[in-house]
Amino acid sequence: MNPTSTFETWATIVTVAATAIAGDVLTAGAMRSIGDLDIIREKSGLGGAIKAVVSSPMFIAGVVCMALSFFSLLFTLSKVDVSLAAPASASLTFIGNAVAAKLFLNENVDRRRWLAALFVCAGVALLAH
Amino acid sequence: MKHTLTPQRYLVLLCVMLTASVGDTLLSHGMSQVGTVSFSNLGLLFTAMKNPWVIAGILLLLGFFASYLTALSWADLTFVLPSTAFGYIVVALIAHFWQHEHISVSRWLGILLIVGGVGFVANGPSLTEHPAQNEQGPA
Repeated sequence: MNPTSTFETWATIVTVAATAIAGDVLTAGAMRSIGDLDIIREKSGLGGAIKAVVSSPMFIAGVVCMALSFFSLLFTLSKVDVSLAAPASASLTFIGNAVAAKLFLNENVDRRRWLAALFVCAGVALLAH
Repeated sequence: MKHTLTPQRYLVLLCVMLTASVGDTLLSHGMSQVGTVSFSNLGLLFTAMKNPWVIAGILLLLGFFASYLTALSWADLTFVLPSTAFGYIVVALIAHFWQHEHISVSRWLGILLIVGGVGFVANGPSLTEHPAQNEQGPA
């Protein structure tokens, strides 16, 4: 493996995290606007619930972002060691999601949730050691 | 409406944790039998699709996606995500007890941190109240 520059390493890792965050926030936003799936399923069955989900443009955009994230992870893994790339992108995703959920989904990210994001982020980093 | 979860919904969250981690483990077990896939032998991916471990892994990951979306429909992203992180712990424990991988001290520490993080969130409300956006009728 060729030595990869620090910039390139982090640029690819940040790309993985950014697309993953976009995917998570878009799917979560889509599910919020679709509403409680349990209620939809009671009314129009499993088929109706599936239809409600896949006909949401926001959900499709989220899935596209998740796919992009997956392929950029594959690309990153071909250049950067998995022991750095996987935990670094997962940790960044957890922190970024907390920020993005507050900004874009107006979720009430209180101290408890910030602490959780930080703990999980650090935990994931340690787990991959 | 109070945002504490019914037992049935905790069951969905448990599904999110278990299907993701067990699915990943099955995939990784299957792919280790299939061998290394590179750009020169992408056809191997089709062989992989016939591996029972890979098939089981994919089915579980489909189940994961369904239960993840269900959870997101009634809980906040910042509530669901930490519980998915719990899956990392399940993976580590499966690797330890099934594949006999060694778990180092720093890994145990990581497991403790994640358990702590998930505990924080699980004690709080699962959904943010938006009084202004509560009506879903014609705008």
